[in-house]
Amino acid sequence: MRLVGSPGAWLVWGAVAFFLVNLFGLVLAVVVNSFSVQWFGTWWPNGLTTDYYASAWQDLGLLDVLVVTGQVALAVVALSVLIGVPTAYALARRNFPGKRLVTVLFLLPILLPPMTYGIPLATVLYKFDLAGSVAGVIVANLVPSVPFVVLTMTPFIEQIDPRIEAAARMCGARTLSVFTRVLAPLLVPGILAASILVLVRTVGMFELTFLTAGPGSQTLVVSLYESMFSAGIRAQQAVDAVAVIYTGSMLVLLVIALRFVNPTQLVTRLKEPAP
Amino acid sequence: MSVSTEGGAFAELRLDRVRRAFGEHVALRDLELTIKGGEFVALLGPSGCGKSTALNCLAGLLPLSGGQILMDGRRIDTLPPEKRGFGMVFQNYALFPHMSVRRNVAFGLAMRGVARAERIRRVDEVLRLVQLTEHADKFPAQLSGGQQQRVAIARAIVLEPWLVLMDEPLSNLDASLRLEMRNEIRRLHQSLGLTTVYVTHDQEEALALADRLVVLRDGVVQQVGSPEQVYAHPANRYVAGFMGYRNMIPATVSEVDGDLVAVDVGEVTLRGISRDRITENSAVAAIRPSDVSVADREGENTLRGQVEIVEYHGREQAVQARLPGGVPLHVRTRSRLAPGDSVLFHLPPERLLVFGEHS
Amino acid sequence: MTAPTTAPPVSPPGERPPGIAHRLAERGIDRVLLLLVPGVVFVVVLFAYPVLYGLQLSFQPEEGGGPFANYERFFGDPYLRDTIWITLRLAVPAALFNVLASIPIAYRMRGAFRGKRVLTTILVVPITLGTVLTAQGLISYLGPAGWFNKILIGIGLTDEPVRLVNNYWGVLFSLIITGFPFAFLLTLSYLSGIDPTLEQAAATLGADRRRRFRHITFPLLAPGLAITFCLTFVLAFSVFPSAYLVGLPQGETRVISIVAYESAFRDTDYPLGSAIAMVMALVMLVVVGLVLVWRSTMYRGATGGKG
Ligand SMILES: Nc1ncnc2c1ncn2[C@@H]1O[C@H](COP(=O)(O)OP(=O)(O)O)[C@@H](O)[C@H]1O
Ligand SMILES: [Mg+2]
Repeated sequence: MRLVGSPGAWLVWGAVAFFLVNLFGLVLAVVVNSFSVQWFGTWWPNGLTTDYYASAWQDLGLLDVLVVTGQVALAVVALSVLIGVPTAYALARRNFPGKRLVTVLFLLPILLPPMTYGIPLATVLYKFDLAGSVAGVIVANLVPSVPFVVLTMTPFIEQIDPRIEAAARMCGARTLSVFTRVLAPLLVPGILAASILVLVRTVGMFELTFLTAGPGSQTLVVSLYESMFSAGIRAQQAVDAVAVIYTGSMLVLLVIALRFVNPTQLVTRLKEPAP
Repeated sequence: MSVSTEGGAFAELRLDRVRRAFGEHVALRDLELTIKGGEFVALLGPSGCGKSTALNCLAGLLPLSGGQILMDGRRIDTLPPEKRGFGMVFQNYALFPHMSVRRNVAFGLAMRGVARAERIRRVDEVLRLVQLTEHADKFPAQLSGGQQQRVAIARAIVLEPWLVLMDEPLSNLDASLRLEMRNEIRRLHQSLGLTTVYVTHDQEEALALADRLVVLRDGVVQQVGSPEQVYAHPANRYVAGFMGYRNMIPATVSEVDGDLVAVDVGEVTLRGISRDRITENSAVAAIRPSDVSVADREGENTLRGQVEIVEYHGREQAVQARLPGGVPLHVRTRSRLAPGDSVLFHLPPERLLVFGEHS
Repeated sequence: MTAPTTAPPVSPPGERPPGIAHRLAERGIDRVLLLLVPGVVFVVVLFAYPVLYGLQLSFQPEEGGGPFANYERFFGDPYLRDTIWITLRLAVPAALFNVLASIPIAYRMRGAFRGKRVLTTILVVPITLGTVLTAQGLISYLGPAGWFNKILIGIGLTDEPVRLVNNYWGVLFSLIITGFPFAFLLTLSYLSGIDPTLEQAAATLGADRRRRFRHITFPLLAPGLAITFCLTFVLAFSVFPSAYLVGLPQGETRVISIVAYESAFRDTDYPLGSAIAMVMALVMLVVVGLVLVWRSTMYRGATGGKG
């Protein structure tokens, strides 16, 4: 396929290149700053150091924050898969009165800004003394994650031929065996893809965590925000160091994700999972 | 409760007014059928007539809306599919895409807790039977259509089920492979002493394979009988059409004498046979294209027609002519005709079936 | 063959099973639906209940007055009311830009070519940046002393540094950087789902590149674009941290999330905060509704793609 040639193509690729160059500059500016001794108004800082990483690590208690982030993300992934996949199965396999209503119920948390249900949810969590705890953060992050798993897994399950389950039954498999021996292996690629996307979303989810976290239950994005908001107190370089750590970990997650999820198949998936 | 499935045979399986509805739509209406052990029964009908519904009800994949299924007098329609001990071959084969051929075939044995050594022995034996030994370690996606089809059959018969259900197993294959697999299925049925219920929309396939045919239309049984009975004596106009009586000439009944009837088509009177005493005045005279011949002079049961289309079919020609009333007449003949010819056709009275228009 | 241990008695002909379970099963209601229970309980308890609780709370104003006092206050006070327009002024252009820019790029990236995966990955990387690093980066890179302004001055395009952060533009750039990869991924995914032979068929019928796009690809893509626009718009309309970090939170980027947050948590006026959250949800649903109405006028069947 020809990528370049016509003036239109030059225009498109030129615009893409412009975007990418600026994006690169933007990221580089943060990375350079995080390593700089001092940088003010010049083309390049007057010296490089890794001191700010050490100080950010200590001052912000980054280890604790990373542990909390990991706990929250893994719990959200596990719970949303456990709750979401059975729901997706029922939605994919059955037509029942009220199915549209149920579908809309699962669509709304994705279609509404997190702030709209985050504020009332935080209020409710405060009422039940859950706000400020890691549990509260997990619960809040589950609200968009469970529907996300449901909505991505439903088409994935739809494309698995129900006759494969029927065939397993005709071979004498009971419900449990049908699930463990036939369905589960076929679902693994879809669950993996959905899990990784939930993981990326949860680590990056700012609003819900911000509204429900207290000291000790902040994830990385929120402490990053807090450190930036209180920038006067802390050196710019330290904030940038945290930002670089955050982006680095997200990048690792994304690269892993792209190994499992073909980005062009987010909406339309492969008919047959490869053997 | 579980029914043993090993080396099973039963004397008879009775479907007693089996019914299945989807909401308001009745897909299968009061199906009455008795299948004897060792029999090959074909369910025949056009797409959407309820064949798969009937088969799935029998398999236990669809709950019945009414009626019951009895095996030697015991009700089995309350058993889940995995406990009925039937094998099934699906239209698109429904092979487990994540398992090799060998593991696909062994799956049912594993489910029944058959010991490993025994399992390997039986899988090898069945794979030899369907000639897939050298493909045993491939995955379904690496096989051709015919090979996938044989895996599906092997997976069903390795359990030596009481009853094998096949839902249009050949419809995804090309013509020559279809013939070959047809022989294969009949051979396996006979050599393993299986009881088979076979669903198809292809009358030729059903006639070739089955001991008994069940013709369905809109969920209602039209006729049950041996291939000879259904072929030579279709019960009604619909079955006749399905059995190759392509010519349906509108006619008016003029005389009834037992099985023999005379009908008027335009000016001409045709004599034919009516099996069920005809009561209606308007009728159709049905005849197969191959039963019509070219006559050299006017006589009894002859009609004149204008040849419109001639297709070359080797020794024969398939001819479409038009009768004076505008009705088309399809003829297969070894006489050489050309478009535009005005030809006299002879419709032998013993081959001309007359049905009431609404039969 | 062994006889079953507990064979049910043969019913005499004419007797039918009671069949309520059967009749429900005919309509798709059976035990499989039990699998829905955890999911539905979850959304009802953790989404529907809080939202309804917030709705009810919004009708109980802290400072007294009728049930609608919070809404009257929001729509009566221009400082609060105008946040809707401020937010829409950011979100609509950002979402439109993201979707419209995605189309030509994704269109040129259909089909297989060398380096497609790498290029896709590079275009998707901004997802990992997150709002905060983007904000930091915008401040350093586009700021008055940043590289961008240095280059502009260096090549003589301007004498004074251009102000690109801590105003409307900073927030808009931030929304584009975080929103574009997302829109691009969805668009590429929808485009890959359109059977390429349809365009080839149109080519054999004499349609040139432009008309193939206009009459074949675009109409098939449009419903997917509507969904993409909705999802991108939600992201942009929710704008919160970047409005603080790279905008002018008390001025031209005082978006609706900020006033909702500040009312609820800084002023601990939960009822007013909830009322603003409800207004936000309503605006969002109106926009999505409009887009979906437009979408319902388009062909929405199979696009004949590879899957
Ligand atoms: N799950 C279902 N829900 C609703 N209607 C169905 C369902 N399955 C089959 N039908 C209807 O029942 C009728 C018979 O279908 P089927 O048994 O599949 O026909 P076929 O003879 O082609 O195998 C058709 O009219 C079909 O539309
Ligand atoms: Mg069928």
